[in-house]
Amino acid sequence: MDFLTLIQILDSTVRLATPLLLACLAGLFSERAGVFDIGLEGKMLSAAFLSAAVAATTGSAWLGLGAGILASVMMALLHGIASITFRGDQLISGVAINFLAAGLTVVIGQSWFALGGRTPSLVGGGRFNEITLPFADSLANVPFLGPIYSELISGHSVLVYVAMAMVPLSWWVLFRTRFGLRLRAVGENPGAVDTAGVSVVRLRYTAVLICGVLCGIAGSYLATGLAAGFVKDMTAGRGFIALAALIFAKWRPWHALGACMLFGLLEAIGNRYQNIEILGVTLPGQFMQALPYILTVVILAGFVGKAIPPRAGGAAYVKER
Amino acid sequence: MNKMPKWADVLLIPAINLFLAFFISGLVILAIGKDPMVAIKTMVQGSFGDSRGLGYTLYYTTNFIFTGLAVAIASHARMFNIGGEGQAAIGGLGVALVCLAVPWPHWLVALPAAIVGGAVFGAAWAFIPAYLQAKRGSHIVITTIMFNFIAAALLGYLLVNVLKEPGNMAAETRSFPAGAALPTFHEMLAPFGIEFNKHSPANVSFLVAIACLIGFYILVWKTRLGYAIRAFGQSESAAVYAGISPAKITIIAMMISGAFAGLMAINNVMGEAERLIMNSVEGAGFIGIAVALMGRNHPVGVFLAALLFGFLYQGGAELALWENIPRELIVVIQGLVILLTGALDNMVRTPIEKLFVSLRKGGA
Repeated sequence: MDFLTLIQILDSTVRLATPLLLACLAGLFSERAGVFDIGLEGKMLSAAFLSAAVAATTGSAWLGLGAGILASVMMALLHGIASITFRGDQLISGVAINFLAAGLTVVIGQSWFALGGRTPSLVGGGRFNEITLPFADSLANVPFLGPIYSELISGHSVLVYVAMAMVPLSWWVLFRTRFGLRLRAVGENPGAVDTAGVSVVRLRYTAVLICGVLCGIAGSYLATGLAAGFVKDMTAGRGFIALAALIFAKWRPWHALGACMLFGLLEAIGNRYQNIEILGVTLPGQFMQALPYILTVVILAGFVGKAIPPRAGGAAYVKER
Repeated sequence: MNKMPKWADVLLIPAINLFLAFFISGLVILAIGKDPMVAIKTMVQGSFGDSRGLGYTLYYTTNFIFTGLAVAIASHARMFNIGGEGQAAIGGLGVALVCLAVPWPHWLVALPAAIVGGAVFGAAWAFIPAYLQAKRGSHIVITTIMFNFIAAALLGYLLVNVLKEPGNMAAETRSFPAGAALPTFHEMLAPFGIEFNKHSPANVSFLVAIACLIGFYILVWKTRLGYAIRAFGQSESAAVYAGISPAKITIIAMMISGAFAGLMAINNVMGEAERLIMNSVEGAGFIGIAVALMGRNHPVGVFLAALLFGFLYQGGAELALWENIPRELIVVIQGLVILLTGALDNMVRTPIEKLFVSLRKGGA
């Protein structure tokens, strides 16, 4: 494998890791506040659909992004109403959201565009196009560092850079602000937060809505950045891979970046090669597909460092009377 | 004190939930410019109107009884088995291996063997997440989700690289021997002079599913093991005090759950396709969640809910065919049912409880 191939694989790693990273950080906010979310997939899917539909109708990727975020936030709100206000089961609510999104996107898409659930292909301003960073072209010929800068770092859509910026931002919000401290506290011991006079319900809703916004960006990137339009079930399990990455990262932002890059790399390698030979053993492509899930099971089982979720996760908060 | 009578809990609340789900679905149909009344008529006619439609409805119902029971038994032990999809897929592998192993002389011999194959494979696939939950504390929901994807990848690999017949383009096994073909309703009812459609896939597995419903009732409410499972589900600490081992019950309940899911394969793999194909489960494992929630984890409820979803599935196919409404409408209804009966249960329950309490006060 030569240097340029490596750069290309890493380049597609960054692209493929972006939706995972956004969804993973989305889940991070929600779960750190004690609201489990297995509906990341559904939120991304609804955002992907509405962003592509609006971008196709208006020709503006930015309007598409706005619509995508709106769709995802509506789903997040539903999750909040079910699991915070009505104290329903968070896991079941997540499952329901995944089904609602899988069904509604196709039913609405078919009646809107009559293309069998697809949206028209996006062209021109309907897509987030690649940005060439300053000097990328002139530096391309510099040995070693040139290709890294011009191929790997430059030439992505704006949402890729947004996703990368979200990592330090999430870290700062969660670990350096008062809001972040309270948010983490509500996921560990909501009773203590309530005693301190801070509204548990409000904090959890805020976290769930942040989760909705980030999932909305993730889904919009899928349909208007990575691809050029929406197709049925286009998230293809990415929401669950993001969930896996979240566990793999043990609910920490910087580790989330690492986990998503790893899973993105696996996908990039799987896309490029059918089978991979390592030390004389041929690994089938399906193994690469399953690897994120296998790694997550291993880490969850505590064989390689234990992943302990936020303590109050999954349980609705009932104020004592 | 119970806040409301049992009939309200068992009948009224599911009925209201169902009505709400259908009402919202009707709004969706209206929103896409179709007539909900025409839609429901098409669905009823297509799924119960003739023996062909009925055969398909009961075929789907059979699948959903198995996956519904799988979710229900895990629920009794207060576990959410979201891995029915993967367990049913691996169960399909077990059934296929059994059916292909020997040239079966007669289905009466092949069926028991296939039942064992499907159940053992399904249970084995559920064993790993169960073991990890019981011994290592990994969350069963997350591991079973992961195992759905791992199962899909594993089956993909096996079908493409190992089980595929040489020369066949499609990733599927060769067809099962004729002796492993299960009798369809057409063949079963012909001796009684009842003419049932020849091409509908409902088969003898339906009777196995009914037997499983009865077996489920006996297991959960009439045996020591069932008592242990329910006790563990109600209160883990009380169960430990009563000498019940949480690890053991977790693993046993999940393996029974996986076995039910795996049993589904005698219907879709052995009864219908008569070979193992990709994606043979087609989401039935997830529908089991809705079925168990609606059916309140009771066999009678599971049967009725499975029949409802069988109707929705077959009716949905007819909608796509005649009314140009995508099949995915059924996925929307499924999502609404899960949302309303599962997550938003308190939204309906609390006002009705209040109503009953105030009625009682008024009467006293």
